Amino acid sequence: MAVGLTLIFGVMRVVNFAHGDMMVWGMYLAFVLATRAGVDPYLSFVVCAAALFGLGVVVQRGLVDRIVDAPHEMQILLMLGVALVLENVALLVFGPEPARVRSPLGQLTWELGPLYVDVARLVTFAVAIVLTLALWLFLFRTELGRLIRASADNHYGALVIGADVRRIYATAFGIGAACVGAAGALVSPILPFQPVTGLALSVTSFNIVIIGGMGSLVGAFIGGLLVSVAESLGAVFLRPSLKELFSFSLLIVILLFRPAGLFGKRQP
Amino acid sequence: MTALLTVDGLSRRFGGVQAVKDLSFSVGEGEVVGLIGPNGAGKTTAFALISGFLAPDAGAVRFRGRDLRGLKPHQVNALGLARTFQIMRPFSRLSVVRNVMIATLGRHPAPAEAERRARAILDELGLGARAQTPAGSLTLAERKRLELARALGTEPVLLLLDEVMSGLNAAETERMVELVRAINRRGVAILLIEHVMRAVMSLAQRIVVLNYGERIAEGRPEAVAADRRVIEAYLGDEEVTSAPA
Amino acid sequence: MKALAAAGAVAVLLALPLVLSGYAITIFILIFFYAYLAQAWNILGGYAGQLSAGHAAFVGIGGYTSALLFERGVTPWFGMFVGAALAAGLGAVIGYLGFRFGLRGFYFVLLTVAFAEICRILASNVEAVGGAIGLYITFTGDPRHFQFRDPRAYYYIALALMLLATGVAALLERRRLGIYLTAIREDETACEALGVDTFKYKMLAMVVSSFLTGLAGTFYAFQNFSLQPGAVFGIPLSVEILIRPIIGGAGTLLGPVLGSFILTPLAEVSRQYFGQGGLHGAHLVVYGVLLVAVVLFLPQGAYPFLRRLFQRGAA
Repeated sequence: MAVGLTLIFGVMRVVNFAHGDMMVWGMYLAFVLATRAGVDPYLSFVVCAAALFGLGVVVQRGLVDRIVDAPHEMQILLMLGVALVLENVALLVFGPEPARVRSPLGQLTWELGPLYVDVARLVTFAVAIVLTLALWLFLFRTELGRLIRASADNHYGALVIGADVRRIYATAFGIGAACVGAAGALVSPILPFQPVTGLALSVTSFNIVIIGGMGSLVGAFIGGLLVSVAESLGAVFLRPSLKELFSFSLLIVILLFRPAGLFGKRQP
Repeated sequence: MTALLTVDGLSRRFGGVQAVKDLSFSVGEGEVVGLIGPNGAGKTTAFALISGFLAPDAGAVRFRGRDLRGLKPHQVNALGLARTFQIMRPFSRLSVVRNVMIATLGRHPAPAEAERRARAILDELGLGARAQTPAGSLTLAERKRLELARALGTEPVLLLLDEVMSGLNAAETERMVELVRAINRRGVAILLIEHVMRAVMSLAQRIVVLNYGERIAEGRPEAVAADRRVIEAYLGDEEVTSAPA
Repeated sequence: MKALAAAGAVAVLLALPLVLSGYAITIFILIFFYAYLAQAWNILGGYAGQLSAGHAAFVGIGGYTSALLFERGVTPWFGMFVGAALAAGLGAVIGYLGFRFGLRGFYFVLLTVAFAEICRILASNVEAVGGAIGLYITFTGDPRHFQFRDPRAYYYIALALMLLATGVAALLERRRLGIYLTAIREDETACEALGVDTFKYKMLAMVVSSFLTGLAGTFYAFQNFSLQPGAVFGIPLSVEILIRPIIGGAGTLLGPVLGSFILTPLAEVSRQYFGQGGLHGAHLVVYGVLLVAVVLFLPQGAYPFLRRLFQRGAA
């Protein structure tokens, strides 16, 4: 989830405020697929990824592309507008009640010595690692992946070597959205969700990316691990309603002291 | 002649690169001193260190007898030291006169007075007709003069000019040289970074040469131009231009 | 000429309650109220270019403070200044943290959101200030308690607030503070090089903006007689606050007012129309679409665009 955000930012310097809301759409899509078509989210995440890839490309081509050179305020506002639309259309279509996806896997637990391990979470974790590896391989071993990284490092240089920068941007954005679509589907059996969850997810994504460092994929991954551990610890010690408090406070602390993050490369 | 600005043992590194190393020189009242060197020699870094945008790792900067350590850029400016930027930073959406007013408001808080002085400066630099134009739509030469106008608006005693001639054609360069000379005649000391050799040679009374962050030569223009170390430093660098004849 | 038009418009607004229905008056109250908030936000977000998506926090603090003080017998006419002062205090904290640590653009937005959400969560969870249920204000109908039986009183107060905020903005525009802010919005580094203490001026903008916004909190509290943490600290209100100046024209004097005149009736209509069908949040979709459209096509907002149209028409 965070990897997708950092990819979008790293390549285009645009911060995707609508990230969390896109993820919620991923979740809803999985939900629809599960209830209407009986497809298990652990399989349908591929479809969700593809669908959101499409959405990402559309958003990028149609909207973001036009303001790549605009002052930052405009970019923020644009994505805020997209977030608003996504969140509230979801509200209109799906209603405000929390939804949850049922999956046969969600009921299983394994006994590992003294611990009970939730199979669902384990599978999610495993798939996430696999996907991240796949993405890493893509970015570092394939031609297109290298082009994307090159554009991230040096916009003008990429233009000079004749790369179709717009297509690269669209792809990058699409991949970022796909990540989030997959993440949404994978998480849907675990987390109850409603349209307003979008904001919380966006915040978590930002937390992770800022800790790990904007523009660094390794950072996003490590950051994700760190933040989830921190949040889980927080949930253990604090009342659930204060969990949000914790993540926002964490965000503030992070913002103040390490806006470049642990592995971060540059400022927006 | 009392020293207006004294740079003493200034050093600064970025990661693995020593951008400025043990740099020392001074600028006297009313002097024009040129700061030259191949690309990457640390000239703009030196400016940033002097004007308060960067903190030095070691060394000191004294201006009008005051130690500038720890001062923020706007405080340094208030003491009478102004700088221009190599990569120009106009307030694009504001009008030209407003651009200069940002500078003049510092010493003349009343907007009416600030505007009057701004217009006077603009007239002097030949930008009077463009006063109401948004700064973003000026030509390159005009923008260079706007940079100069803004710096002048702060009524400096020492002006740090960072490549004000770059990108100008022969006529524009001539004009800029004349402007700088006129400013100097009014008593403003000038420290200028330049690659346009003709301009530096004709304006500067003294030249300091940097290479890899260190001072390798200093002296009168003719002496420096003949100095072998200077010639060697530049041989590796194609940026040295003399404006087209 | 301009002054004449302005005076004329104000005169019309003053006379309107005589001919308007109760419902229309309510709409106007909302227009003025949001225009006031929009103008207050504009000082920081429009002129200074520091976007804040957490201004609801100031409304909440202002409202909660005067409501709590009212419970203890303090008249809201005094309480509203206490509330505004506290709001300005929070503003100063946010400003200090944000500006000292060099947070700009996106990072600063996140900071404001984080603080607003923290306020909301605290207000929802601390029983002493009402918890999740919120605060209710006893109705006395007494003007000394900032309560009026006649909605037209609220109309005039809201109008006065809007004119006040616009006046403050107009004053700022002419003076050094306002001029500096527009430059800070363009390029802070260049400002520093020209002797402008950008930290000081950004803080000033922040404090003025948050103080004014805090005042609105009291109006909100005593017009609605209730304060819910979600409604008064939440993102939706922050969005309502920032969208009007942006659509109308950030950094201009009349932009926020125009924005409110356009968006408030629009929101009300869509709320009525869609709300009936059980479709909530439709007007937010409209906001989102408009926001995107404005960014793409009219980045300076509606007001500058209209002004250019009229100038060309007149020429």
